Amino acid sequence: MAAGIDIVPIYFTDRDETLRRLGGVLELDFRAGVRLRRPWFDPEGAFDPSRGQYRATSLLQMLLEDSQEDQAERVLGVTSVDLFAPVLTYVFGEAQLNGRAAVVSCHRLRAEAYGLPPDPALLFQRLHKEAVHELGHTYGLLHCPDVRCVMRASSYAEEIELKGERFCEACRALLAQRNVIPRALRSR
Amino acid sequence: MAVQRQETPISRDAGGVLVVDDEFSMRDSLVHWFEKDGYRTGSAQDAREALQRLEEEPWDAVLLDIKMPGMDGLELQRRIRDVDPSLPIIMITAFASVDSAVQALKEGAFDYVTKPIDPDELSHLVRRAVERHRLHQENLQLRQKVDQLATPTTIVGASGPMARVLELVRSVAETDSTVLIRGESGTGKELIAQTIHANSRRRYFPIVPVNCGSVPESLLESELFGHEKGAFTGAQYRRKGKLEMADGGTLFLDEVGTIGLPMQVNLLRVLETKEFTRVGGAKPVHVDFRVICATNQDLEAQVRDGTFREDLYFRLNVVTISLPPLRERRQDIPLLAHHLLKKYAQDMNRPFTGFDPAAMDLLVRYNWPGNVRELANAVERAMVVGRPPSVHPEDLPVRLNESSASQTGDSLADMERAHVGMILERTGGNVTRAAEILGIDRVTLYNKIKKYHLRS
Repeated sequence: MAAGIDIVPIYFTDRDETLRRLGGVLELDFRAGVRLRRPWFDPEGAFDPSRGQYRATSLLQMLLEDSQEDQAERVLGVTSVDLFAPVLTYVFGEAQLNGRAAVVSCHRLRAEAYGLPPDPALLFQRLHKEAVHELGHTYGLLHCPDVRCVMRASSYAEEIELKGERFCEACRALLAQRNVIPRALRSR
Repeated sequence: MAVQRQETPISRDAGGVLVVDDEFSMRDSLVHWFEKDGYRTGSAQDAREALQRLEEEPWDAVLLDIKMPGMDGLELQRRIRDVDPSLPIIMITAFASVDSAVQALKEGAFDYVTKPIDPDELSHLVRRAVERHRLHQENLQLRQKVDQLATPTTIVGASGPMARVLELVRSVAETDSTVLIRGESGTGKELIAQTIHANSRRRYFPIVPVNCGSVPESLLESELFGHEKGAFTGAQYRRKGKLEMADGGTLFLDEVGTIGLPMQVNLLRVLETKEFTRVGGAKPVHVDFRVICATNQDLEAQVRDGTFREDLYFRLNVVTISLPPLRERRQDIPLLAHHLLKKYAQDMNRPFTGFDPAAMDLLVRYNWPGNVRELANAVERAMVVGRPPSVHPEDLPVRLNESSASQTGDSLADMERAHVGMILERTGGNVTRAAEILGIDRVTLYNKIKKYHLRS
């Protein structure tokens, strides 16, 4: 992969260091250049006042429009606000299947969201898995039945911990077919 | 003070006329005259009192003496027009002063009359003023209605279950019966309510929706009945409730099963008497509305376990319309999907013309737990993330793509066949890998492949 991944913070209130770290691991995971860049759009248009949440699809649309002139092959929005898809109470992220853009939210990945003390290491681990998961969708991967695979669907934050941070063999084979060569994304 | 109809309940009347004059004899005679003409009347002796009366009740015309102590008629007219520019004001002047009358007209007065007043001429003028105000109000309500109906209002469906629903909607619309609409979330209950209202004799009055589930129980009473100024902390103004807003029209109570027992008693009383009092008020308010309610809950079970009053249940359950879930009318999906695509493509200015056959196949196979709402969202999403002119499978949410294989049937065998097929597809036909993922040995997998004809 030549053109790389752009990480775009959208209302990201955690430390910038988190994003730099995320960029570092994704660079290794996908063997792609990762760039951190600011958005050139106003995300407020995605806010739904009746739900007090941000519409994930609208953020995807904004990311896509924002990246039209961009060379990056993938654009990953990372946000601290709560996301929803209209028929679901919340989503951890959303991606364009076999497309270019994905967005992931830290809001419900934090331990604090469940009344627990802050746990930056746990947050980063969950964020990393969800970022890889959503990017996996952009490479055409669907949810995987393998419990260890990062493409396993997670409805609750605890479920994210159960799965691994790597692709299973089957998903890796599909990625190889698409010339995506993730770093030893072997199953554990 | 002039004669008022404080004792009689407020209802839709011939119109309300407010007389503002500092001379008691003039006020009194005008009030009597207009009462005889059938108007609801009120009076005020100065600007301050007039403004108070205007705040208390809705009026359709104001007769205003141009010369008054304190704030004169012209100044009061400006104040009134600041609050309600559509309220017709007829100026009364004793001096036939052309200048002040012209000034009043320039500033938007409906007309003026000179003292001594010709009662017949004034009656004629007031009738015209009231009619104009009523037309203006109706126009506003219609515009609101048009705005409400701007959301997807076309009921699309050619299937048997939907045809039966539409037949019932047509026959019930003309009656004044209470209607209970039942159906899963996202089946279009509000749309059916709007359609019934739009085809009823009440269509020129508003349909007022109340989502009982989203309003906290403590606020529902004030939301429905309105409140008087000072009724509770924060009630700085008198506020009309949804029941009053629905006067002449339709009250749509969505998620009616979520109403708590104390409120159910109040609601039952209103439905029986069509009369209520605002929170903190003593004056009964009479309203005339039709009730349509909707629920996705099992009201019968709620009646059995005592969380829903049986008498209210029977009061609401006069005519029931049950909306079928989308999975039970799959034949409507292509029609609906094309309709939604056309609408969203137009709204979002995206040059989409149709669906790729594989994408349509996914739409028809998916189970749609969120029903038409979920379908609408899926199509809208495809307009956002897809590449025109056709919607492709990858433009649809991931869950639809995953369901393509598993929705062939609901039996365990169907599920197993679909799942094994999916894993084989994902492993590129590698039986060893697929068996590993499935957690079975290769022989068992071969047997399943043979049993389900997966290789053929």
